[in-house]
Amino acid sequence: MSNIAIRVEHLSKKYRLGRRQSNSKYRTLSESLLKWASTPWRRLSSKDHRPPENIVWALKDVSFEVQHGEVLGIIGRNGAGKSTLLKILSRITEPTEGSVDLYGRVGSLLEVGTGFHPELTGRENIYLNGAILGMKRAEIERKFDEMVDFAEVERFIDTPVKHYSSGMYLRLAFAVAAHLEPDILLVDEILAVGDAQFQKKCLGKMGQVAQQGRTVLFVSHNMAAISSMCKTIIVLESGKLKLKGPTAQSIDDYQSTLNAPDDESNPPLQHGVAIFRGPTIASDHRVGTSIQSGDPFSACIDLIVGKEFVGYDLFCILMDSIGNIIVHAHTDNRNFHNTLAPGVLKVKVTFPPLWLKPGVYSLHFKLIGATLDGEKIRLLSDHIPLSIGGEAAGEALLGVLTPPIHWAINSADPGH
Amino acid sequence: MAFETTSPFKQEKVHIHIEPTHGWVALRLYELWEYRELLYFLTWRDLKVRYKQTVFGVAWAIIQPLFTMIVFSLFFGKLAKVPSDGLPYPIFSYAALLPWNLFASSLGQSSNSLVNSANLIKKIYFPRLVIPFSSVLSGVIDFAIAFAILLGMMVYYEVRPTPAIWLLPFFVLLTLIAALGVGVWLSALNVEFRDVRYVIPFLTQFWLFATPVAYPSSLLAEGWRILYGVNPMAGVVEGFRWALLGTQPPSAMIGVSALISLAILASGVLYFRRMEKSFADLV
Repeated sequence: MSNIAIRVEHLSKKYRLGRRQSNSKYRTLSESLLKWASTPWRRLSSKDHRPPENIVWALKDVSFEVQHGEVLGIIGRNGAGKSTLLKILSRITEPTEGSVDLYGRVGSLLEVGTGFHPELTGRENIYLNGAILGMKRAEIERKFDEMVDFAEVERFIDTPVKHYSSGMYLRLAFAVAAHLEPDILLVDEILAVGDAQFQKKCLGKMGQVAQQGRTVLFVSHNMAAISSMCKTIIVLESGKLKLKGPTAQSIDDYQSTLNAPDDESNPPLQHGVAIFRGPTIASDHRVGTSIQSGDPFSACIDLIVGKEFVGYDLFCILMDSIGNIIVHAHTDNRNFHNTLAPGVLKVKVTFPPLWLKPGVYSLHFKLIGATLDGEKIRLLSDHIPLSIGGEAAGEALLGVLTPPIHWAINSADPGH
Repeated sequence: MAFETTSPFKQEKVHIHIEPTHGWVALRLYELWEYRELLYFLTWRDLKVRYKQTVFGVAWAIIQPLFTMIVFSLFFGKLAKVPSDGLPYPIFSYAALLPWNLFASSLGQSSNSLVNSANLIKKIYFPRLVIPFSSVLSGVIDFAIAFAILLGMMVYYEVRPTPAIWLLPFFVLLTLIAALGVGVWLSALNVEFRDVRYVIPFLTQFWLFATPVAYPSSLLAEGWRILYGVNPMAGVVEGFRWALLGTQPPSAMIGVSALISLAILASGVLYFRRMEKSFADLV
C-alpha cells in the first residue's frame, strides 16, 4: 500500500487580470449585453481586434508528493502562489490544469474564525464554526469543554462575541480550529495574528497536531515557525516549484536565491508604487542567514520606487520565533518634505552586536508613506530568518540576551 | 483479525480527486446530504441573527403579512371592490399573502446569499448550494408563525377548511421549489453580475401584481388560466386558497405551475453547478 497522502501533478492555475476596462472586477449586466450585442460587429471588422489578455499564472506546472504523517512547510515570496496552492488543495477554487489526489479527510484553515457571527454567543459560534469546518455535531459536543478550556473564555461563553476582546475572539476561533482532526490539515499563515502569548500557544498546539501523525501543509512567512515545525519544505517562486528538500538546507538555498540578483522575473510594482527586493543579511564573516551571537551584522534591502513618494518612513523589524518584536528601528522620516524619487534605492541597516540568545529570529522591512496623489502606501518585505548561533546553543536558556557578562566577586572586608 | 490501532485514520478511506472541470458538471446532490448539518446550522444562524438584531423580533413574521393584508383590504377590497370569490376580502388576501411572502422573502434572501457569504466561499470548501438552500429554509419559520394568524382568522370568519387541506404541505413544498429555483438562478447570476440585486425589488413587485394575491384568477377565462399557470406562484396561490378556504379548484393551472417550478429549479441547479467553480475567484 502506498503511503502517499497528497499527490499534486502538473498543477497550474491561471488568472486573468485587467480584462475589463472598468476598475471593478465584476461585470455588469449592461456591459455583458453590450458586448454580446456588438460581437457580430467585432467579428466583421477585423481591424478591431481584442487587446491581448493579461494572463497571470499563479501556479505553473507544480508537482510534488507528501507522505502520510509528513509536516511540509511552504515558503516563497508574496505572490509566489502559496495561497493559490492551498486554495486548490482545499477545493475552494479549481485548477486550470493538472490534478490533485488527496487520500484522507481534509481540513483547511485558511483563516481562523471563518463564519463567526458577532451577534451570536461564544457557544453558538463554536457550533457554527465547527460545522463550517466540517465537524459533526457529536464531535463538537464531545470536544466542547476542551475548546472552551483552551480558549479560556468559560465565563463569557454565553455572551455575544461582539463583546469579546480581540484576544478572546482569536483564542476562541483558534480553539475550534485546533480541535479539527482531519487526516490532512492545510494551514495558511494563521500564526500571523494575535499576541505573542497566543502565538506561542497556537504553535504549541500545531506542533502537537503534527506529532499525532497527521499530514500537515503549512504556509508561512515566519521562517522561525517553519523551521521549528517542518522537516521538509517546498519553495515556490513565481508559481513554480523551486525546490523541495530538508528544511534547514532549503531555507539557506531559498535565501541564496533571494541574494542573487533578480533576472528578468521582477515582480510587478505593487500598486505601481514600490516594491522590496530582498532582504538579505550579511556579517563580516559571511553573507547568509547564520551569524554568531556576538557578531555585528547588517541587513540590506533594495527598494524599487516607481512613483514619487512623500513623507515616507522605513522600518527594519527583528522578531523572535514567536513574533515578539526585538528591534523596531525606523528612519523617522515622516516629514512632508522628504521625498523618494523613482529609482532603485539600496538600504543597509547596520546592527551592533546584539548578543541575542541563540535561536531562529526573523527580520523584515516595512515602508509607509504616501504618493503625491495622497494614496497611502504600506509595504511589507518578505520575512527572512536569522539564525543566531553561539556557545549556549541548544541549551534551554531563560532571558532574551546572552551578553558576555563579567562577574566580579570580591570580599567586602577591606582588611585583607 | 487485528486492527491497527496505531493509526487513527483507518476507519474510512477517503479519496478526493481534483482536476479542472469543463462545461456541465455532475450535480453531486449527495454532497448536499453529507453537509446537512451545515445546512441546519446556517439556517439556524440566519434565523437567530435576524431576530436578535430586531426590536420586534419574531413579531415581524406577523406584522408584514398582516399590514399588507390591511392595506390590500382597504384599497383593493373596500375602495376598488375587487371580487374575492365570495370570501371576506381580508382572509382571501391573507391566505394568498402567506405563500407569496414565503416566496418573495426566500427570493430576496437567496439571491443575495452567495455574495453575502463571500467570506465563507473564499475560505472553506462545502457544496455552495447549501447557501441558497439555507436562506430559503429560514423563511419557513416565518411562514409557520404567520400561518397561526390565518388559523385564527378562519375561526373568526367561520371559514371551514376543505377536505383538500391535506394537500397544503404539497403547496408549501411547491412554493419552496419555485423560490429555490429562482433563488438559485439569481444567486449564481448575482456573483458575476452585481446588477441582479437591483433587479430583485422590481422583479418581486412585478411578480406580485402578476400573481393572484390581491385579485382572484377567476377574473380570467378558463382557457387563459392554464397559461396563467406559467407563473408558478399563480398556481400555488390559488391552490392555497382552494385547500384552505374552498375556492374553485385550480385544476390544470396547478399542474402547469408545478412543471414550470421544477423546470426552473432543475435548470437553476445545473447552471449553479456550472458556475460554482468560479465563485471563489469572483465573489
